[in-house]
Amino acid sequence: MPHSSAHSARALRDAIANGQLTAEAACQAALDRIAARDPELHAFHTVFAERALERARALDRSTGPRGPLHGVPIALKDNITVAGTVTTAGSKMLATYRPPYDATVVERLEAAGAIVIGKTICDEFSMGSSTENCAFGPSRNPWNPDRAPGGSSGGSAVAVAAGMTPLALGSDTGGSIRQPAAFCGVVGLKPTYGRVSRYGLIAYASSLDQIGPFATTVRDAALCLDVISGPDPKDSTAAAVEPPKFEAALTGDIAGLRVGVPRGWLREGVDTEVMARFEESLATLERLGAVVSEIELPHSRVAVPVYYLVATAEASANLARFDGVRYGYRAPDARDLGEMYDRTRDQGFGPEVKRRIMLGTYVLSAGYYDAYYVKAQQVRTLIRRDFDEAFADVDVVATPTTPTAAFPLGALRDDPLKMYLADTFTVSAPLAGLPAISVPCGWTDDRLPVGLQLTGRAWDEATILRVADAFERTRH
Amino acid sequence: MRYEPVIGLEIHAQLLTATKIFCGCATTFGAPPNTNVCPVCLGLPGALPVLNRRAVELAIRAGLALGCRIQARSIFARKNYFYPDLPKGYQISQYDQPLAVEGRLELGPDARTRYVGITRIHMEEDAGKSLHHGLPDSDRYTAVDFNRAGVPLIEIVTEPDLRSAADAAECFSRVREILVALGVNDGNMEEGSLRCDANVSVRRVGEATFGTKTEVKNVNSFRFLQKALEYEIERQIDVLESGGRVVQETRLWDSDLGETTSMRTKEEAHDYRYFPEPDLQPLDVPQAWVEAIRSTLPELPEERKQRLMAAHGLSDYDADLLVRLITGGADYFERVVAAGAQAKAASNWIQGEIRRRLKELGRDDMSAVPVTPEALAELIDLAERGVVSSTVAKDVFDRMWTTGRRAKAIVDEEGLAQTGDTSAIAALVESVLAENADAVEQYRKGKTNVIGFLVGQVMKKGKGRIDPKVANQLLRDALGGAASSPGA
Repeated sequence: MPHSSAHSARALRDAIANGQLTAEAACQAALDRIAARDPELHAFHTVFAERALERARALDRSTGPRGPLHGVPIALKDNITVAGTVTTAGSKMLATYRPPYDATVVERLEAAGAIVIGKTICDEFSMGSSTENCAFGPSRNPWNPDRAPGGSSGGSAVAVAAGMTPLALGSDTGGSIRQPAAFCGVVGLKPTYGRVSRYGLIAYASSLDQIGPFATTVRDAALCLDVISGPDPKDSTAAAVEPPKFEAALTGDIAGLRVGVPRGWLREGVDTEVMARFEESLATLERLGAVVSEIELPHSRVAVPVYYLVATAEASANLARFDGVRYGYRAPDARDLGEMYDRTRDQGFGPEVKRRIMLGTYVLSAGYYDAYYVKAQQVRTLIRRDFDEAFADVDVVATPTTPTAAFPLGALRDDPLKMYLADTFTVSAPLAGLPAISVPCGWTDDRLPVGLQLTGRAWDEATILRVADAFERTRH
Repeated sequence: MRYEPVIGLEIHAQLLTATKIFCGCATTFGAPPNTNVCPVCLGLPGALPVLNRRAVELAIRAGLALGCRIQARSIFARKNYFYPDLPKGYQISQYDQPLAVEGRLELGPDARTRYVGITRIHMEEDAGKSLHHGLPDSDRYTAVDFNRAGVPLIEIVTEPDLRSAADAAECFSRVREILVALGVNDGNMEEGSLRCDANVSVRRVGEATFGTKTEVKNVNSFRFLQKALEYEIERQIDVLESGGRVVQETRLWDSDLGETTSMRTKEEAHDYRYFPEPDLQPLDVPQAWVEAIRSTLPELPEERKQRLMAAHGLSDYDADLLVRLITGGADYFERVVAAGAQAKAASNWIQGEIRRRLKELGRDDMSAVPVTPEALAELIDLAERGVVSSTVAKDVFDRMWTTGRRAKAIVDEEGLAQTGDTSAIAALVESVLAENADAVEQYRKGKTNVIGFLVGQVMKKGKGRIDPKVANQLLRDALGGAASSPGA
């Protein structure tokens, strides 16, 4: 079996606290598991064995107060900077790049006692839904290695699903945490935009990107969010809102909770088995006392095109800094500046990244800006307004996380449009800035996991975590 | 055919903050290359900008002083273009929602007061500096220094209201003067902390529409701005007169050649693909903040000049000189007056004796003057009351300057006070009349203005310590009133 929730972050932390286990032993166990499983699954791009063990030993020696993740190994998507270690964002452009500073989430995790054990495979600059756009390779789905793990944070989902680490961080722009969580059968949370600092997250689309946890349990996801969330003076878009204690919200009680289902949107084409698991999940929620009703989110049907206009526009600017001047890849033998730019960016970026830079550049160009970028922002406002109206009547919105379970590696590689549709149900939440979680809700006949997505009001991760936790308890 | 030029300016001014606009790096000029840098201003992956509040405050000061409306909400935008000294591949600037709009600047007043509209003032970050020459491998590489990257700037854009190269230069100069008085900018054009580009077109006098404009860059002194515009205006007129059309383009001023040359045409112009900067929140400026900043604005040079003219009856020329030509001149003047001196006398002393001595020292600021305003006021008082003559007063001032002693002490100790002893003066008058029979003769024939010469002779004999009024009266008495006194 890929994982066991007996090795949840919380259980591990408590075992270390009780003296049943040292942090070093926990770290070594994770390293052993990586050594055993990663050659096949390829979740990791880099593993910091020595750095991690040293830190674990230091934690074992320390007598000071213990953080909430004391001794817990964690994997980071390779677009989150850790000072002095290679951080590639899945790109040849940054194959040897070592940032001189830590991301805010890294500082917070380490202050809480977590041990960063390595960096995971992701689609290049988070552009993709399968990790096949990674310059260093795809990861493989632990439930079926011929299947995609999802993306872009695929490696992080695989690391947790295969029991290599109890926690991992990913980043979600259009579904890059929730979709791989669903494909790999783990919990994945995208917080409200502004809940977690983006300082040190290599940007794809700045108004959408948000860091969030992968975990084997909802409680671990809440615990991790408790550690990484909150205002950050280094990120102007990290809201000055003190977060509540998310773990404390997991009461197990959802009696009377109102669940909205956008039936019209779901008719867009959901795989029958996925739809069956979804209906069963709704029945479970009703059994727990929730009230399920139908809602309308009319503009979410065009969320995918809106997303590909907004995200690519921002990406075209965010990726302009990779010019070969100061760091990263520089094409050799260029005769002049123009040639250096052209060759560096041609050779350093993969095809999907180039496609999105070109699309985004086009979207922002004189004469097209109003028709595409401005229009997309207007529709984005309508998508948000739909949710606002829906949340007048319901507390959470439920959908399948993805229209299908994990597709075979290579199946959509040459069909970017079809690949984009894997994001159908996940792009709305980031466009509206809302928190959303994917929690495992069953299996297909082929033994592939299916995810249930719950979207909440802005700043109300507590409610979706509470619902997901109550739901999860019915399944263990 | 007569033509008139139509000119608008874009002035970039570095804000006098200690740190950069989006990070904590120092803004000090002249540090070793790439030492005032960090992940944010180097554009490292994952780094994010955080707006410097002090920069906003300085930009608001400039906006208020230039008569602008400060927008309650302004938006930062990304201006996208590739250049090695631009770390992120875009400059964070403001585009369709700038911080300040709709201002106005007054030129003159001389023959005719003119107003220049201020279209907008927006905030932005500076780029780094490319070094193409002077390094051992400059034949193969360009080096980049990012110390300047992220230094806070404002760009002040005027309406196309200027109608001569001289007015354009005056406008630039007036803006500089205001920014320096505000403490917003150091006015240093050599180090590039104040820069100016000009948009210029020409049209036939009386025509309502504008001609095709060119943008003239690299005009970083008032003189170069004026010369470049004069050149460009002539060039455009020549093009039109010879039947050609002005091409919309960016032209670079070459001060060595004394001409502008084409840098790029409109077809080669960048599409900057501006869009709102998603890494920063909209900039909200509460009205209370604007008012708090407004209450700290100093009196601006033009306002002060007008006030000096109104309050002290100074001429335009005198007031202008005190406010603009001698740094600290107006402050000094007002302290002399506050210490009791008459305004015209105070102004004359500053513009006469003090300015002459400053020139000798090669200085143009009052901080080099060792005589305090209060000490000067005391001297002026002695002269006004007739205790010393004006000639002696200049001698006394000399000694005050070199020794630092006070006027009264010098006069008392050296016995320089004018004598009021009529009998002593009468003796001098007698001897002067005896020695100048010709002049006496002329006076008696009605040429009464020789009295001045005779007074001078008496003063000379008295070594300046004689009250000229007393000497004048005694002379007239002695000459026997053949001519009527002009009411002395």
